[in-house]
Amino acid sequence: MMAAASSMEAEVAALRARYAAGRTRAAEWRAAQLRGLLRMATEMEAEVCHALHADLAKPHTESYVHEISLVKSSCKFAVKNLKKWMKPKKVPASLMTFPSTARVTAEPLGVVLVISAWNYPFLLSIDPIIGAIAAGNAVVLKPSEVAPATSSLLAELLPRYVDGACIKVVEGGIAETTALLDQMWDKIFYTGNGKVGRIVMASAVKHLTPVVLELGGKCPVVVDSNVDLHVAAKRIAAGKWGCNNGQACTAPDFIVTTKSFAPKLLEALEKVLEKFYGNDPLRSSDLSRIVNSNHFNRLKGLMDDQMVSDKIIFGGQRDERQLKIAPTIYLDVPLDSAIMKEEIFGPLLPIITVEKIHESFALINSMTKPLAAYLFTKDSNLQDQYETSISAGGMLVNDTSVHLTNQYLPFGGIGESGMGAYHGRFSFEAFSHKKAVLVRGFAGEAKARYPPYSPAKLKVLKGVLKGNLGVMIQAILGCPRGK
Amino acid sequence: MGEEKPSHGGLGSLVSGVREVFESGRTREMEWRKAQLRGLIRLLTEEEEEIFDVLREDLGKHRGESFRDEVGVLVKSVRNTLNNLEKWAAPEKADTPLVSFPATAMVVPEPLGVVLIFSCWNLPLGLALEPLSGALAAGNAVVVKPSELSPSTAAFLAANIPRYLDAKAVKVVQGGPEVGEELMEHRWDKVLFTGSARVGRIIMKKAAEHLTPVALELGGKCPCIVDWLDSKRDSQIAVNRITGAKWSTCAGQACIAIDYLLVQEQFAPILIELLKSTVQRFFTKPENMARILNEKRFHRLTSLLEDQRVASSIVHGGHGDPNTLSIEPTVLLNPPLDSDIMTDEIFGPLLPIITVKKTEDSIAFLKSKPKPLAIYAFTNDEKLKQRIIAETSSGSVTFNDAIVQYGLDSVPFGGVGQSGFGQYHGKYSFELFSNRKAVLKRSFLIEFMFRYPPWDEYKVGMIRHVFNFNYVSLVLALLGLRR
Repeated sequence: MMAAASSMEAEVAALRARYAAGRTRAAEWRAAQLRGLLRMATEMEAEVCHALHADLAKPHTESYVHEISLVKSSCKFAVKNLKKWMKPKKVPASLMTFPSTARVTAEPLGVVLVISAWNYPFLLSIDPIIGAIAAGNAVVLKPSEVAPATSSLLAELLPRYVDGACIKVVEGGIAETTALLDQMWDKIFYTGNGKVGRIVMASAVKHLTPVVLELGGKCPVVVDSNVDLHVAAKRIAAGKWGCNNGQACTAPDFIVTTKSFAPKLLEALEKVLEKFYGNDPLRSSDLSRIVNSNHFNRLKGLMDDQMVSDKIIFGGQRDERQLKIAPTIYLDVPLDSAIMKEEIFGPLLPIITVEKIHESFALINSMTKPLAAYLFTKDSNLQDQYETSISAGGMLVNDTSVHLTNQYLPFGGIGESGMGAYHGRFSFEAFSHKKAVLVRGFAGEAKARYPPYSPAKLKVLKGVLKGNLGVMIQAILGCPRGK
Repeated sequence: MGEEKPSHGGLGSLVSGVREVFESGRTREMEWRKAQLRGLIRLLTEEEEEIFDVLREDLGKHRGESFRDEVGVLVKSVRNTLNNLEKWAAPEKADTPLVSFPATAMVVPEPLGVVLIFSCWNLPLGLALEPLSGALAAGNAVVVKPSELSPSTAAFLAANIPRYLDAKAVKVVQGGPEVGEELMEHRWDKVLFTGSARVGRIIMKKAAEHLTPVALELGGKCPCIVDWLDSKRDSQIAVNRITGAKWSTCAGQACIAIDYLLVQEQFAPILIELLKSTVQRFFTKPENMARILNEKRFHRLTSLLEDQRVASSIVHGGHGDPNTLSIEPTVLLNPPLDSDIMTDEIFGPLLPIITVKKTEDSIAFLKSKPKPLAIYAFTNDEKLKQRIIAETSSGSVTFNDAIVQYGLDSVPFGGVGQSGFGQYHGKYSFELFSNRKAVLKRSFLIEFMFRYPPWDEYKVGMIRHVFNFNYVSLVLALLGLRR
């Protein structure tokens, strides 16, 4: 372990030296790396899908739609906008410093660490490093060891497609991650859960490293009766079970609807689920499995909890050997049951009923702020009220999950669901420092600035700071006279 | 208007009280926010004389300096915020790809909730009220903890904030480090800390336990590069500005004060003579320069000069009076680089001059040092300016002046690396204390069946068209005219 730690120190130091030598700064280098990643995602599509299937039994379509194509569009977006993002932005200089020019220049932070997650192991590794590279940093990527096939594929592929001297993959588990967190980084980007997020932030204290934490939470779905029920049911099902079988940070965690509407919603969901996965979901190839036995046992525990096991109204099938759990729906579990207190991250969907739909707001606000909050309704008043009453990283009306595919929207959490955001130019900014540059000349000298202070000078300063043009001119002309 | 003297555990009810006020929704209203900002402006203008009094008591600041650096710049900033608030708070439309039509995407700024601001003793008013104005503009409830080392200003804030602002939503908590630690036992929606790296680390560590996002405004050694200047007039103006930036800003006790100079060796003697004459011209009376904060800092500063090698490098000044806690403007020429005065942040009226053979050599010197809050350079050489911007990293860079970047509302203010993270001033203050919530609204109108399982190659093909933005092929495929 000691050897691992000191060789890691040496590797990071070497990376820092290459960064200091300027290797990652030029736009050409950055664009070349991004194009390399694009080529990798295109040429290695089959290999990536194969690894994702090995790690998660992820259906080929989900691998393509949720991971590969998002990586490709993210690369293309960054390449297209790179020069624009890199360009310094002129800003108004104030009357007070006249004459002068001011601008804000984006510069790389330096050497950054990206720690990825196991559920979208390809996307959540490459998407953040796209931002880090576009911003001109050197990068170390630590893929999740819980998705080992993807981790070793990344370790093998990245050096073939990008500059392996400035973009490194370090594989491993807790020991290696701890050793990495001990090094000095200019930024740490972590995707995962709140418990480890706290550890990451506490480690960052040593070197005063800023962090982005993309965490999770319980994403609520409020379903009003004023909806196109069939479409709503499909979109909810797609967001829940069509996203890694519920193992996604933006997957709907639970539903809140009115007592009167619940039966209709339930019926619609059951119909859709049968259409999607057939009569025997455990045998459908379109359903991901649970990632490992740890998580399987965790979900089993939630299901077998005495407080909820009699509230199950659909599904419940599971196969421990294959680590598969079928889409399962519960009705009105107690709010203090485990399934309603922790992030489910699996195919179990509680439906909580209320008398009036507005009661859902208080319920959601009594929980920690989620990464995403969903609402299905055609009622624009209800939409507006939801928007102002609920705080979340992102909000989506009449659909689930798709907001994260929009490169123009920041993607990140708030409160327990995280800090910082990325995607599109927000990725570039997450890994940049906005440096203020103010350029003055030697003209326009205002004596009033300097001691010895006097009431006359104070008067001039007051006028200048108020933006009083007449006083400004006087100041430049050298008033007050004398000292 | 009694002081909030916290008793053990008494802070709990203060914090929960403020949170209740936030949850009532009052602080989100635009009218409330504007009323607070107007209240701040009235506080600063109506209580101006008392402000000058307390700043003189705490730090011996002359009213000219207090107006220039604290009151005047604050009023200007709050007015700017008031004028722009509606624009900043308005939702911003984001593009949506055609395939999600019809949809609207927006980024909606919302308040974070309840924020905590730690101010510092050297600009005790400014470093409390500038962030406060941003937090209020963003719609938050706020707790301010002024530094106990500037007690008159702390008491002033405790007495006057409740008079001019919403006393239930904006609280001032007085006390020492133990009060700060107790405050950090609670969860905050954001913490802004201005002060030393040592305390910054304590704050960040406590914040990690609650996943509280923090911004740290720290210090460092702000270098000032001085190139050979041809013109006599330019040289005098440069020296005026250097002198002001060192000694006229809280006697050098400022995070953006010039810490030391890097001077082209042939220009150094000229510079030193100009410094001597300018210092004499500016500081005719003791009241024109602030005093050292307290005995502890006084002794720390004088002990920096006790090192024999350092003492022998003094070319001007060097004497201090412990009775008045004043140290005269002191200039040193080439003290050893490993002496404390060249390794620690000085934060006082001692100005080392380090000579370099060529001005460009400063760049390599700076690259070997931690990133400072500000880099200053006096030069007319355009190539040198570009090299400094491109090859060094700092919170900001200012050419041919110093300190003035602090008062410019259009540029971000904050550090990088060891000088901190998180930026504020102007719109950046508003953003620092806001959550940029992504909101995407879709309709039920257009529904693509290829989004959903069960998957087959036909559906995957359609999705490929979508991701390649190949709308023509998509439409043709939908019409059944193409596979």
